[in-house]
Parts: sequence; C-alpha cells; structure tokens
Amino acid sequence: MKRSFFGLAKPRFAYDSPDSVLTPERIPTPKKATIYYNRPYRRTDALLIKPGDAVKTGQKLSVYADDPGYAISPVTGAVAYVSAYQGDFGAACTAIHFDVAETEEIDDAFARAAGEATLETLKDYLAHIPGNPPLEALGEDFHPRAIVINAMDPDLLVLTNQQVARRNAALLTKGVSILKSIAHGAPVVVAMPKSLSRAAGGIGGASGAEARLIDDAYPAGLPVFVLKEVLGEVVPAGKTPLDIGVAVFTAEAVAGIAKAFETKQIPVTKTLTLIKKDLSQTMVEARIGTPLKDIFAICGVTLEDRDRIIIGGPMTGATIYSDEYPVGPDTDAVMAQDSGDVSLVSDQPCTNCGECVRICPANIAVNMLVRFCEARQYETAADEYDLRSCVECGLCTFVCPSRIPIFQYLRLAKYELNRLEEEMDKTAVEAETSAEETEETAEGTDA
Amino acid sequence: MPNQKKFIVSHAPFWHNGSNLSERSYHIMLAAVPAALFGVVQFGMPALGVLSLAISSAILWELAFNRVSRMPDSIGDGNAALIGLLLGMTLPATAPWWFVVVGTFVAIVVGKQIYGGIGGNPFNPVAVALAVLMLSWYKYLDVDVALINYSFDFPALYPMAAIKHFGPASVDSFTAADLLMGRQTGAIGATFGLGLILGGAYLMLRGFIRWEISLAFLAGVLITSGAFAANDPARFANPAIHLFSGYTLIGAFFLATDDSSSPTNFVPMLLYGLLGGVMTVLIRNIGAYVDGVILAILIINTINPLLDKIRPKALGKVA
Ligand code: SF4
Ligand code: SF4
Repeated sequence: MKRSFFGLAKPRFAYDSPDSVLTPERIPTPKKATIYYNRPYRRTDALLIKPGDAVKTGQKLSVYADDPGYAISPVTGAVAYVSAYQGDFGAACTAIHFDVAETEEIDDAFARAAGEATLETLKDYLAHIPGNPPLEALGEDFHPRAIVINAMDPDLLVLTNQQVARRNAALLTKGVSILKSIAHGAPVVVAMPKSLSRAAGGIGGASGAEARLIDDAYPAGLPVFVLKEVLGEVVPAGKTPLDIGVAVFTAEAVAGIAKAFETKQIPVTKTLTLIKKDLSQTMVEARIGTPLKDIFAICGVTLEDRDRIIIGGPMTGATIYSDEYPVGPDTDAVMAQDSGDVSLVSDQPCTNCGECVRICPANIAVNMLVRFCEARQYETAADEYDLRSCVECGLCTFVCPSRIPIFQYLRLAKYELNRLEEEMDKTAVEAETSAEETEETAEGTDA
Repeated sequence: MPNQKKFIVSHAPFWHNGSNLSERSYHIMLAAVPAALFGVVQFGMPALGVLSLAISSAILWELAFNRVSRMPDSIGDGNAALIGLLLGMTLPATAPWWFVVVGTFVAIVVGKQIYGGIGGNPFNPVAVALAVLMLSWYKYLDVDVALINYSFDFPALYPMAAIKHFGPASVDSFTAADLLMGRQTGAIGATFGLGLILGGAYLMLRGFIRWEISLAFLAGVLITSGAFAANDPARFANPAIHLFSGYTLIGAFFLATDDSSSPTNFVPMLLYGLLGGVMTVLIRNIGAYVDGVILAILIINTINPLLDKIRPKALGKVA
C-alpha cells in the first residue's frame, strides 16, 4: 500500500470482493469464553451474576437488577467470574467469563417465545446476536421510513457480510419478511457489492426488497455513503440513521434473525474475516466468546512481540493488547499485522500540505480541523471546522506526510465533545429541577 | 499473566502510503537541480559557492535555532536545505558571503522558525528573505551590476531591468527559445526556463506541489501581460518575456507553492495562483520595482488564510 508514482491521482482502494463462496474454518467451542456486556462494571448487590451460576447456551442473563438490558450466554457451563473491562476511550464494560462444560444444552426460553416474530420477541431475545442488530435502540413501535440491509463490509479486506449474504440468500429473504412485518411494511433495500449482483435476484427479491449495488472503491461501504447511495440523502452531521428514520441492519444480523426463528435457537456463532499477515483472508466461524488465540492457533497465525492485533479492518479497526480478547457479536474482522509492517506516527507538525483536504470524502478542511483538535478546542472544531461531518474513514491519516495521528485526534475530539455535551445537558437538567424546587418552596411559603 | 506477548497498541488506520516530509523536500530539491546546475555552468564557481553556502548556512541556522529553543532537531526533514537551495538560486552569482548568510538567517529564523517551524510560517521564507535583502542592500541583487564582469555570447542585459529602464524594444533580441534555454542573465537558478519547467512538471505530476497554484500563477502572468502588450506594445513587453525571465518560473513552481503559506482547497488555489500572476505583472509594468514576483507572493501569502475559507460544504452539514 504505497503512494502511487503519480501522486496527482488520488489513491483508489478497491474493496475485495471475491465472486465465490469461501468455505469457513469452523473453530471448536472454546474451553473458556468471555463476553463484554456494555454497561460499566459495578460490584454491588445489584449484580445478579455470581461465580458458579450454571448457564445454558442461548440463556438470557440479567446482569444488573436495576437495568432492563440483558446478555446472552454463548456457551453451556458456569460463570467463572465477573470483572471490569475498559474498551476504547475508557468505554466501561462488564466482562463475564465462563467455564465451558463438556456437553452443550440449549436454553429453551426463546423456543417457547418464538412462535411469532414480533418486535417484542426480537427486542427480548435477539439484540446480541452476531451482526449486532440495532434492536436496543428501537422504540416500542417501529415505523421506519426505510430499512437498509447492508451486505457491504465497511472496511477494506473484510468479507464477512458479503460472504454471509452469498451463502444465506434464503435466510436473508426470510429475514426481510420478518423485518417488513415488524416495521409495518416499510420499504427494504439491500445494499451489496457488485460481485453479488448475480446472486442479487435471490437475496430478498422474493420478499419485495430492492437490491442496490454499491461502488467498490473505499469508502463507499461506510454506512454514511451506503445510505447516501441508497436513499439519495445524507445523514446530517452528528445524527444517526435512526434519527432520520432509517434502520440499518447488517446482512449477518438479518440472516441471524431468520435463522433464530427457523431453528428456534438464538444464534451464537459469529462469522468473521481473519486477515493474515500476508493480507490473505480466511473466513472463520467461531462461537461468540472464543478467545482470539484459539482462532490464531487453528488458522496458523503466529504472533510475536511487537506485532499488532487489530479488531476490524486496516483503515478503521482498533488494536488490542491481548490475544485473550474474545470474539464479540460485532467482531467482523480480526487482522494480524507483522511488526515490520507497523506504520508509526511522528511528532512532526502539520505542514499544511493539503493531502488530507484533497482526499477527505466528507469535504472537511482537515488541515484546520486537526489544529483545533490538537489544541483541544473541540467546540470550535465542531462549530467551525465540521468535526461532526467526519465519517471516520481514516484516509486523511493514511496520506499525511507528517504522519500525524489525525484520525485518532478526531475520534478523541468527538468523544470529548459528547462528554462535554452530556455534562452540559446534566447541569441544565439539574438547574431546571432545582429551579422547580425553589418555585415549589416559594409556592409553599406563599400558601 | 505469564508469557504474555507484548503487542503494539496504536490507532487506525494501520496502513500509511509511505510518504514523509523529507521525501517531499528532497524531491523538490531534485526538481530544482537542472536549473541550479545550469546556473553553475553559466556563472561558474562563484555560483556554486553561493549555492553551497546558502544550503549549508540554512541548515546551520536551523540547527542553531533548534538548539537555542530546545526543540527537537528538525534539519532531518530537509526543509532547511530546500530553503537554502531556493534562496541561493534567487541570488546573483556574485552575492558576497555575508549577504548569503544574512539571507538564510532571515529565511530560516525570521521567515520560519519564529512562527514555530515548518508548517507555521504565514509567508514563504525565501520570499521574506529576498524582500528584506532587496530593501536593505538592493545593489547586491541588481543583476546588471552584479554580472558586470561577466561576458556572455548573448546580450548581458537583465531583461526585467531593461524593460523597466529602456522599454520593451531593448529586449526584442530575446526570443522565447533564448529565454527558455537560459540565454539571458539573472539569478543563479532563474535563467534556465526549460529546466525550471521540467522540474515543475515533475513536481506537479508526482503531487509534491499543487498544480493548481503553479498553472494559475502562470495563467495570471500570461493573461495580464498579454492584455498590457495588446494595449500598448510600445510600452509593455510581450508575455514570453514576462513568463520566462526574472523570477516568474521559479516563483510559480517553487515559491508560490510553499505548503504552509498557500491554500489547500481547489478554488482558493486557483484564485491564489491567478492573483499572484496578475500582481506580478502589475508590479512589473506599473510599479516601481524591477521584478514583481517576490512582492506578489508575499501579497498572496497574506490573503491565503482568507482565500482558503472558500471551501465546499462538508458532508451532512446542516445550514
Ligand atoms: S477520517 Fe479524515 S478523511 Fe475520513 S472523513 Fe474524517 S477527516 Fe475526512
Ligand atoms: S496531510 Fe498532514 S501535514 Fe498535510 S495538511 Fe493534512 S494534516 Fe497537515
């Protein structure tokens, strides 16, 4: 991945999209499994899970008494222990570790509930299936303008969703019907890479979904650009697709929903793309909770000190420091990078060369934006230099001759900005309540 | 944990196109070599002396400033050497040693480092240095005076000065081909038009400079000088002279394109270049100075931040 000789031409990254089914490597159920439940860990009486608790595969686990959310046990066995886990930017999670039993038992709660595919059943049982459907974010009533099923993989070299779509056309079709029925007949569009066009007729077609082919040049597969292509509309900066009434599901999630109702079991096996050091890809099927080192061992990836393990693809992924890290419902790809290929950042200043400006697909004046982010002036960055328009493609950083970690600055800036705003909201609410209280007391004295 | 391997944790993206700052500087220097070399052949050892002194003193000033201000050494990025080379190329071969050293001091310290170093300078450091030298000791920059002891097989008139003092008829004997092939007097690196054009084309194709700026600058010179010449050919020189002599080419390809002091968006780059070209000819034709390039570049540097505010709407931006 070097700069082309004629630097005038923008680099063009084509998504990989093999026109055939790649047989996945099936990883055996691990001896130990871990899931990250996305609520901060609290060691209180509210914690409902204790070491030794028996669990069955697909069992719903309520984790905290005061929290309506749930986790799904991906294995049969017992809870080993519960601990805290810090993700990117200090995102705090509760890690639940399991010891896996020899024989597997499937929990039957879902089978009993799965007679009819209602929104409630989906929300109640399928929010954490592979592909992470956005069910938790949906309200009691689901009246979207449109549903977009994304069979594109946003990052380069990742093949997960297109392969799932290719292999499970029938399931996707069924999933489309289910989504249509819970969404009061909202239109459904399936976005897919060009290589899937021959298979397109079979996918969703029967159930009245429209198929749309997406350009194969990065970053056309990022959700923002998929929506722009499909709806002809850009999600306003700082808003989510759901804010404008569009629900986006990955192909894997839709196939998973259909499969759940077909087999009366909650799916717990994740499909993922393993990107090896030589950039070749292997499709992998692993139980959620499987430590990555199992996958590396079976697929012949050897990692040494100073190598990198990346969750996700080369442009937008995140590194982790341990190969004990488990497969999660959204782990679409795992990439191993040799220490020799690790690109390093520098502390050189921005020279205003403009490479980033020219490549940014969101038309951001990145050269200016990065200055304000470096100086921690996040509000100016957002108000005047379009921080919120950034679609997180990483291209600016890829081309920066000063090797500034621009992308990292931007992500951090967004995170800090959100925190600032939450705090401001909180203070506003508090101010309001205290104002009300004063009023009440005032009224009280009056009376 | 025992025998836990240590993996590198860092941030996306995990690929880089391999470009870096020194690569940029060295390619720009490489592109300047044909013109510089030609200057050495034409003006002999003194030219080589000026160039060497300019490069080495620029590097030393940068190093000295790094040390004094306790900043990390930055000479590795090649920018100081590049500034030295370009400044050397804009001086006459006879420039005295102290003149060169003062020039690189102004360029490196006043033009660049006091703004925080590479990327911080609002003006092109070479243009700043030249402007200061021009205002302080013009006679050392006066090509006709400087080259008095040289003899060439072509008219030893500095075309820029000749037009100013004796009208365009005095330069009628210069054909465009003469000028392009360096059959003219001038600063060390500014006479060999073809060499500068080749270097510039190389840089534009490789993406090391922004073609929009260079071409717009030349277009500005061409259009404005053409308009003047069409109106009153007896008073104003033809566009070929304006394009191929003085600092026009070195300015268009090597000075106006300085990263830090030029815009990055498409329309601003065009306006910036165009304005530079127009100003150059206006200063030459109606101003008091012999050559307008340096002043024109300083002027467009000044308005650069304003110009660069003209940019496309960001994706998904509301209102
Ligand atoms: S990551 Fe960089 S290039 Fe991509 S949208 Fe954001 S600012 Fe633009
Ligand atoms: S690519 Fe890097 S050095 Fe160039 S303008 Fe952007 S941030 Fe600055």
